[in-house]
Amino acid sequence: MTVLEGISKSRTGIVGFDELTLGGLPTGRPTLVCGTAGCGKTLFASTFLLNGARDMDEPGVFVTFEERPSDIISNVNSLGFDVEQLVDQGKIYLEHISIDPSELEEIGDYDLEGLFLRLELAIDQVGAKRIVLDTIESLFSAFTNPAILRAEIRRLFDWLKDKGLTTIITGERGDGSLTRQGLEEYVSDCVILLDHRVQNQISTRRLRIVKYRGTAHGTNEVPFLIDQDGFSVLPISSLGLNHKVSDERISSGVEDLDAMLSGGGFHRGTSILLSGVAGSGKSSLSASFAAAACERGEKAIYFSFEESVDQTVRNMRSIGTDLQKHIDGGLLHYVAARPTFYSLEMHLAVMLREIARVEPSIVVLDPISAFMGSGEQLEVQSMLLRMVDFLKSRGTTAVFTHLMHSQTGSTETDVGLSSLMDAWILLLNREIGGEFNRELYLLKARGLSHSNQVREFVMSNTGISLLAPYIGDGRALTGSMRQSEEAKARRSEVERRAEVTRQAERIKHRRRKALAQIEALQAELDADEIELNTVTEAEEVYLEQSAMDQQQMEKSRRVDG
Amino acid sequence: METSETQDARGPKKLVLYVAGETPKSLAAIKNLEKICTENLPGKYVIEVVDLKKSPQLAREHNIVAIPTLVRELPTPIRKIIGDLSNSEKVLVNLQVSENE
Repeated sequence: MTVLEGISKSRTGIVGFDELTLGGLPTGRPTLVCGTAGCGKTLFASTFLLNGARDMDEPGVFVTFEERPSDIISNVNSLGFDVEQLVDQGKIYLEHISIDPSELEEIGDYDLEGLFLRLELAIDQVGAKRIVLDTIESLFSAFTNPAILRAEIRRLFDWLKDKGLTTIITGERGDGSLTRQGLEEYVSDCVILLDHRVQNQISTRRLRIVKYRGTAHGTNEVPFLIDQDGFSVLPISSLGLNHKVSDERISSGVEDLDAMLSGGGFHRGTSILLSGVAGSGKSSLSASFAAAACERGEKAIYFSFEESVDQTVRNMRSIGTDLQKHIDGGLLHYVAARPTFYSLEMHLAVMLREIARVEPSIVVLDPISAFMGSGEQLEVQSMLLRMVDFLKSRGTTAVFTHLMHSQTGSTETDVGLSSLMDAWILLLNREIGGEFNRELYLLKARGLSHSNQVREFVMSNTGISLLAPYIGDGRALTGSMRQSEEAKARRSEVERRAEVTRQAERIKHRRRKALAQIEALQAELDADEIELNTVTEAEEVYLEQSAMDQQQMEKSRRVDG
Repeated sequence: METSETQDARGPKKLVLYVAGETPKSLAAIKNLEKICTENLPGKYVIEVVDLKKSPQLAREHNIVAIPTLVRELPTPIRKIIGDLSNSEKVLVNLQVSENE
């Protein structure tokens, strides 16, 4: 978007506003700033004026019709402006125009030339480029002739325009119109509406550009903030899904968890949801993400909506993580605010501002479920969406914790949130066998191969570790159940081994016995062989003998014969 | 904010009429005031006409917004009458009411 021709703008120096209006207020023209009482009109106007005088070499005149100059000075001094100094330097002039109707009588025709003369004097005195009229409507309570007043106010605005003064006119919001006296009729260039709304006991300040001639402008309401840094407008632009992605992996601060994600931790710039029931270790895990970033020398912001900084530091120290040194070292920014402190939108705006200021590499929101009480579910979701988009566009890793009320099945909220998140770690706290044990499960991790196991989540004074649970008999066991199961398994293993040894022994024994039997039989066999040989030999000897006997017998017979 | 010189001296009291240049309204106011004073309050008041065009810082000093403005600082309380003073009866009432106190 570009500035249309013919419109030059004067920066207000109000954070966010100049961006919103693409440059500030129309130079040399009047701008009407209207709103209900206490919505910050005077502060807006004085910030515009003082910034101009201090930083932009545009001296200004502050015309106050209501508050005394001393009140104005003390009001803005509390925001860091040294008004007295600017007045002494001749950059600011405070003109107090107060009219007490009780000492005034109107007889006949009159005009407000005295006001013009006073303004001219003040303008010339400081060489003013800017002027604030706060709030000109009080003239209507001082003078009774509205016809004269209206004519004079119209003349005044024309006169200021002719003088080329960038003007802010403040006006109190009226019923059904922007201002009580219809000042918007006279100001056609720029109208800004400030609003201060209370919903569910939570107030939100909002700003809307009703009209800005010659400039493309959004008509959305944007939240604004008045705090020790003064007036800041917090435009929340909706960002598209065209952010760059990173392949870089970052550690979660828990080695075992990184190991579950194919060894490298999560991708940088992803949004990670940690959900779990009370006491399941969400905050500790998220703080360890932040601590890990600080260890790498990166900046982190921890937005806590439940715990104070000291509490978190102490709690984390008990599990071996020292956050204090990172806070002292300026790496860890801890922002604690109750959800009810601001409205949702304001929270978002404040967080975005803080993120833009600190430029962290990781942001923790602990817990987002705290907002469920302060807004509609849809609003919470849209706020988170904007937060996620914002962080993604900056490549900032986001860790959100979410308190679940039940861990049986996922609630609608969880489902709604889950689609925004790249990774979802489920922390459970389950009762088995009379004890609660924390468990961690990686429900999803986009773009990462990850373990599908439920791990036992153990926090000790040396840190967080994830133990593989006992898996056997078709169920996973944790805690002392796991330990007893493991012991049982060890025992039965010993028994089994002993049994094997016994069996081997038995077989060996039997084999030895068989061998002995074989030996005995062989001996028998040998004996038989020997016997057989003896028998054969005897037979041969016998046959020989008997043959010899035969011959001898024949011989003897022949002798006879 | 007062100079209490002649308050109790029963002398003529000062009426200051603030105008801005010679506009018809200013001229009418001067004329009307002079007429009222000479006709109805002879010797009671002296009239001083201040042209704020020439000395605008007096407008700041005396907190003048409307023109013309007639200021009677004494006797207290201070009275301011704005307008061209075209209704002399009303002017008289306003100047006398407090004087009778």
